[in-house]
Amino acid sequence: MALATKSGRNTARPPAAAPTRGFWASTIGKKTVMAASGLIMLAYLVAHVTGNLKVFFGPEEFNGYGHWLRVMGAPVLHHQWGLWIARIVLLTAVVAHAVSAYQLSRRDIKARPTAYVHRRKGASYATRTMRWGGVVLGLFIVWHVLDLTTGTVHAGGFEEGRPYQNVIDTFSTWYGNVIYIVAMLAVGLHVRHGFWSAAQTLGIGNARRERALTFLANALALVLTAGFIAVPVGVMTGVVS
Amino acid sequence: MRLNLRVWRQKNGDAEGAMATYRVDGISPDMSFLEMLDTLNEELILRGEDPVAFDHDCREGICGACSLVINGDAHGPERTTSCQLHMRSFRDGDTIDVEPWRAAAFPVVKDLVVDRSAFDRIIQAGGYVSVPTGSAPEAHATPVPKADADHAFEHAECIGCGACVAACPNGSAMLFTSAKVNHLGVLPQGAPERESRVLDMVAQMDAEGFGGCTLTGECATACPKGIPLPSIAAMNKEWLRARRKAGRS
Repeated sequence: MALATKSGRNTARPPAAAPTRGFWASTIGKKTVMAASGLIMLAYLVAHVTGNLKVFFGPEEFNGYGHWLRVMGAPVLHHQWGLWIARIVLLTAVVAHAVSAYQLSRRDIKARPTAYVHRRKGASYATRTMRWGGVVLGLFIVWHVLDLTTGTVHAGGFEEGRPYQNVIDTFSTWYGNVIYIVAMLAVGLHVRHGFWSAAQTLGIGNARRERALTFLANALALVLTAGFIAVPVGVMTGVVS
Repeated sequence: MRLNLRVWRQKNGDAEGAMATYRVDGISPDMSFLEMLDTLNEELILRGEDPVAFDHDCREGICGACSLVINGDAHGPERTTSCQLHMRSFRDGDTIDVEPWRAAAFPVVKDLVVDRSAFDRIIQAGGYVSVPTGSAPEAHATPVPKADADHAFEHAECIGCGACVAACPNGSAMLFTSAKVNHLGVLPQGAPERESRVLDMVAQMDAEGFGGCTLTGECATACPKGIPLPSIAAMNKEWLRARRKAGRS
């Protein structure tokens, strides 16, 4: 056991806050929120990449898929209700993820106020880029929605209901390709550490499942990044035109 | 061996600290790292200077007192405690950086000595089993399956040195806390306090100002006793289970 060192005022230092059993007050509670919201967004990304790959089967199928998203759940759900439910769930997940990440990060930085003079190579690249990678992804999502959902910053004439042409417009600009590909690499890195970490946070991880979870995390990261990047590459090479 | 040492010197908790450079000569490769520091201190005392303060006790790697960050690694380059690290791990002429544990919850007392009483308060919050005193119970009265006994023992090895906190970029005490939660949670003797233990220990851990876990794995790599990283996932599971149970009652 650690020594209770006897010396002056330092030892008398009271804990920074009163202990509480509350869910949101706890670092584990906040991490649980981050893990659960992350998994919701990850599930969405898997559906999103699957839909994106339809672009390789021509404008009819891709635009038809876009239209189906609006009548999803019919006749039980009214026009666009399914889409709006998905948007609300995703927005809630993004906000919960960002707020918990922000609060935990601030706490973590405060908990280690002095850096070591002798610096050493830290954890893996994916682990070290979680915070800034997350910020990059947040900014990307804003641009992505303004580009291909609302068309506010879209290059060329944005046409609602013609996603195939809109996608080609975006990936016909150099900056569209650069922003998108960088963001998709960030997604891969974020998912790689994020998925595995979420499993640990939710208590699913253990020594026996370690290999399976690492494999699944790497596979998800690779499939998502490759799948998403395939679209701009397809436009650039003329496969999608 | 001849070595250049750069050691963190700080008069007390309120003073500013800085790295000071010392040369030590005549170091045997068979000396422990602490014996090398003893040699330096003897020279400093002879010169009339203030010796370097550092924590040490058993020097057998089992008490958890020693706490040096050597070249950026908690307890140095070998997977052991600073006292069991030998100078043969270094080369003649090396420059070695020696720093104290760095965490907001572990304030520096002097030089390389930090105050780790936050760990004691985490243990006080729930890292125990309540047992009636009196004559020793019959050894076979409470059978413990072999796998559980092994799991408990693996985690009972934690010596509370704080290397996990020192190595963690977030100054998190999750590995330390999870060692005790795993150790006692799996045993029948720990069952009556299973839920309150994890809730209270985690609450105290947070209150002490330790950071959260980002699963970098630095703690488990630094741990001289090999407490494994999955112990943190197991504690998260215990905490979520205890929260669910608390919600029902």
